[in-house]
Amino acid sequence: MPFSSLSEIKTRLDAGETSAVEVAKSYLDRIAAHNNTLNAFVHIDPEHVLAQAEASDKYRSKHEARPLEGLPIAVKDIFCTQDGPTQCCSNILKDFHAPYDAHVITKLKEAGAVLVGKTNMDEFAMGSSTETSAFGPCRNPWNTDTIPGGSSGGSASAVAAALTPAALGTDTGGSIRQPASLCGITGLKPTYGRVSRRGIIAFASSLDQAGPMTRTVKDSAMITAAISGHDSADATSVTDAPGISSLNEWLAACDKTDMKGLKIGRPKEYFVDGMDDAVRTTVEAALKQCEELGAEIVDISLPHTKYAVAVYYVIAPSEASANLSRYDGVRFGHRCDNPEDLLDMYTRSRDEGFGSEVKRRILTGAFALSSGYYDAYYLKAQQVRTLIQQDFIKAFEQVDIIATPTSPVTAFKLGEKTDDPLTMYLSDIFTIAVNLAGLPGLSQPCGFADNMPVGLQWIAPAWQEDTLLGAASAYESATDWTAKTPEAFGGGAT
Amino acid sequence: MSWETVIGLEVHCQINTKTKAFCGCSTEFGAEPNSQTCPVCLGMPGQLPVLNTVAVDKSILTGLAIDAKINLESKFDRKNYFYPDLPKGYQISQFAVPIVEGGYIDIPTKAGEKRIGVTRIHMEEDAGKSMHEGLEGVSHIDLNRSGVPLMEIVSEPDMRNADEAIAYLKQLHQLIRFLEVSGADMEKGQFRCDANVSVRRPGEPFGTRTELKNMNSFRFIKQAIDYEVLRQIEVIEDGGEVVQESRLWDSVKNESRSMRSKEEAHDYRYFPEPDLPPLRVSQKEVDAIKAGMPELPGQLRQRFEVEFGLSPYDADVLSQTRKLSVWYESLVAAHPADPKRCANWMANELLGRLKEAGKDITDSPVSASSLAGLLDRIADDTISGKIAKDVLDAMMESGADADRIIEEKGLKQVTDSGAIDAIIQAVMHANPAQVEGYRGGKDKLMGFFVGQVMKASKGQANPGMVNQRLKALLNE
Ligand SMILES: [Zn+2]
Repeated sequence: MPFSSLSEIKTRLDAGETSAVEVAKSYLDRIAAHNNTLNAFVHIDPEHVLAQAEASDKYRSKHEARPLEGLPIAVKDIFCTQDGPTQCCSNILKDFHAPYDAHVITKLKEAGAVLVGKTNMDEFAMGSSTETSAFGPCRNPWNTDTIPGGSSGGSASAVAAALTPAALGTDTGGSIRQPASLCGITGLKPTYGRVSRRGIIAFASSLDQAGPMTRTVKDSAMITAAISGHDSADATSVTDAPGISSLNEWLAACDKTDMKGLKIGRPKEYFVDGMDDAVRTTVEAALKQCEELGAEIVDISLPHTKYAVAVYYVIAPSEASANLSRYDGVRFGHRCDNPEDLLDMYTRSRDEGFGSEVKRRILTGAFALSSGYYDAYYLKAQQVRTLIQQDFIKAFEQVDIIATPTSPVTAFKLGEKTDDPLTMYLSDIFTIAVNLAGLPGLSQPCGFADNMPVGLQWIAPAWQEDTLLGAASAYESATDWTAKTPEAFGGGAT
Repeated sequence: MSWETVIGLEVHCQINTKTKAFCGCSTEFGAEPNSQTCPVCLGMPGQLPVLNTVAVDKSILTGLAIDAKINLESKFDRKNYFYPDLPKGYQISQFAVPIVEGGYIDIPTKAGEKRIGVTRIHMEEDAGKSMHEGLEGVSHIDLNRSGVPLMEIVSEPDMRNADEAIAYLKQLHQLIRFLEVSGADMEKGQFRCDANVSVRRPGEPFGTRTELKNMNSFRFIKQAIDYEVLRQIEVIEDGGEVVQESRLWDSVKNESRSMRSKEEAHDYRYFPEPDLPPLRVSQKEVDAIKAGMPELPGQLRQRFEVEFGLSPYDADVLSQTRKLSVWYESLVAAHPADPKRCANWMANELLGRLKEAGKDITDSPVSASSLAGLLDRIADDTISGKIAKDVLDAMMESGADADRIIEEKGLKQVTDSGAIDAIIQAVMHANPAQVEGYRGGKDKLMGFFVGQVMKASKGQANPGMVNQRLKALLNE
C-alpha cells in the first residue's frame, strides 16, 4: 500500500478492499518511522488524521464517494488551515493558528481528502533547498546527505519516501517542480489564475501558484481538478478559465500513450554549458524517447531566458517586501519582549522572527522599489518580464509544448550552497521563466544521474494543462521512471 | 512689494458604501472597537482584497460631476509604510493611474466666479485608529475604519487666499453630499483636508510649500492657512528660507508646529498591487452612471430662482442637499399655487424647527404633503400665518395633519364680517378715550385697536379684515 499511487489507493478504497482509516494508519506508521530522518513534516496530529479518515469512511458508507474520498494528502506549511498551526516554517509565525482554511484546503476537504499534516519548506518559500526552514532542513530520501530541493522540499521528500501518497506545494519560481525533480516525483504548477491563492501565505503575489506533488501524472491531474476553479475572494483567480475543467476532462487528458503529431520545442537556452553533463545526457535521452513515441523535436530559442533569474530576483523580493510587512508584532505572530518603543518593537520583532534569507529578500525588494532605483530595477524587470512572456508566445506559434531539464543539477549536499546565495538562486534557472510568463509547467522523473533523480520539465501555453498532462502521461506510460521509492525507505529502488 | 499666496488642497473623503473597499465588513460609524473587522481588513496571512464596485461607481460619478476624464483602465498600487493601525504595512491606493483625472470646480469669489482645477481623484483605503489618551504605557488600536473606502481629491494650486480655499472646500463639500457619494461629516472624519501652502512675489515661480494637516473644520483650515502665510512671509522677510515640511495645526494654541522630520521622511516605495488586476470600466458603464447623475447644486439653484422665483438665499438653502431639493419639489407639487410660500415655510419654519430638534429632513415628522396641507389653509384664509406657526408646532409634536389640529383646537380664522364687527364694537365700547383720541387725529392708536381686537378674538380674526373693518367703524 504505501508505495501505491493515489489512483491505486482510490481503486482499492472504491472496491472496498481497504478503508480510509487503514490507509491513514499505514502512512502514519511510515511517518513515525522515517520523519526523524527526513524532517519532511513539521506538524502532524495522528489523532486528527484518523478522525478525518473515520469521518471519510462514514461518509462513504452513506453517500457516493467524493473524488478524493479517503485519500491522504499532505500540505506545505504555507497553506492556512484551521486545524493545527500554520507557521510558514518561520519563527515570526511560531504557533500561529489561522482562523480560516485556504481556498484549496476547503476544496480538498470538500473532495473528501484526508489532510495528513504540514510539510517542511524554506522559510516563507524563499529558498531552493528547504534549508532556510526555521524547523531545520529537510532531507532527500534518495540520499539523506542531500537536500530535497525547495521550497516545497518537505512535500517532495514525503511523497518520494512514501510518507504520503501526495502533497500540495506552491511554486513561485520553481518551488514545486525543482524539488519534484530532485526527489524523483511528479509536480505540476498550474497556469497562474487557475487556482485560488486565498489563504496561501503570500510570497510573490504575481507568481505564486499552488499545485500537486504526486507519484504519477494522473494523480497530479486528480488533485489539480479538485483545487482549481474561480474563487470570488481572489481577484486574480480567473472566472471561467479556458481549457479543461471537469474531473473527467482532467483524467481524460492523462490517457495519452503516444506522442504522434506532437511538436516539442527544445530551447537551446536550456541546454547550456555549466549544467551537469549527466543531467543533460539524461534529458537528451528522454527527448529521444519522445521522438520514438512519435513526437517531432523542434529546436527553438527563448532568447530572453538569460534574464529570467535577474528579473525574478527583482520582482519576487519586491512583492515579498510588501507582503511580509504585516508581520510586525502588532496583531499576531512573534513580538519581542519588553519593547522600548514602537520602532524597537518593529525592529526587534522582525529581526528575531525572520531568518537571514528572508531578510535578504526583504532588503533586496525594498531597495529595488525605493525612489531613485524603481525605474532601473522594478520597472526594468517588469519590461523584461513582458519580453520573456513574448518569447513563449512566439515559440508556441511553432510548437505545441516545450521540454527542458527541470534543474541544471541533481540534488546537492546540505550546506553546499547556503553561503552562496547567488549560486543557490541559479538552482531555479530553468523553472523561473514559467512563473514570469504565468504558464503551466510540469516536472516528471526521467532517469537518474549518479543515482540521483533527474526531472524532465514540460511547459505548455496558458490554460493548456491538458497538453502538459498528455505529453507527460505518454512519456510516463512508455518509461519506467515513475513512482519509485528509495531502498532505504522500503522501496524497490532503481 | 506684495506677496501672493498659492494654495492647493487634498481632500480625503469617505465614500459612503455599506461595506469596506476590499472586504465585506460594515462601514457603520461608532461601533465597538474592532467589531467590524475580518481577516482581510486585519491583514491576516494569505488574505486577499476584492474591490467594492460601489466605491468605483461613486468615484466615477464624482469625476463626471466635475467634468473630468474617467480613466477606463486605472490601477491600484501599494503605498508602503509601517504604522500600527495599518495592518498590512501598506495601503492600497491609486498612484500611477487614478480613476479620475483633470476636472474643475467653480467657486464664488468677490471678483466673480473662479475656476479651480482638480488634478485627480483616486481611490484608496483608510487606515485604523490608534488611541493613546488615558492609557499608561500602551496604545490601543481600533481597526473598524481599516479598509473603509476613500476618495482623495487633489486640486491644482489654483487658490490665492484662504477665502478661496474655503469657498472651494464648501463647493466640493456640497457637491459630494449632493451626489450622495459621501456623508462628508467632518466630525466623523469623513471629509478631511490637507493644504499645501506657499508664498511668492507675483509673477515669480512657486515658492517652497508646506503641508498643513489636522484641520478638522472650515474655521481651522482658514486659521491655519492665514497663520501659515504670515509665518512664511515672516521667515522670508527675515532672510530665511521656507523648509518643505508637514505642519500640524494646533487648534487650542492657534498655531502650527513642524512634524518631526522622521515622521515625514517617507519613501513609500509605491508599486503596482499584484493582488488586484487593473480596474477596467467600459464607456457604456460610465455613460450609464452619467445618465443617472442628478441635477447638480448649481443647476438646481439656478432653476429654483428662475422657475419658482425664489430668492438666491432660499434657492441656495434648498439646493444644499439632494434630499432637501427633492423634498422641496414634492412640496411645490402638493402646493403648486405658491412656490415662494413653499420655500419660505420650508427654509425658515420647517428647517429651523428640525434643526432645533436635531433632526434631518428625512426624519421630519411633518411630510411634504402635510406641510402643503397647512399652506393650503393659509392660502384659503382659514388661518393666519401667525396661527399657522402654532399649528406647525403642533404638527411637529403630534405628526397630525393641519386640518385636524385646526379643527380640534378651534383655530379657524374668523372671516365673518358681522362677528368681527361685534368684537370691534365691544372693544370701542370698552375704550372710549382711545376712540376719542383716534378720532381726534391720533392715527397711531390704530395699532392699539388691532391688538385689542386680535386679543379678543384669540388671534383668530382675519387680520386683513380686522384692519379694514376697524378703519370703517372708527371713521364712522
Ligand atoms: Zn473586513
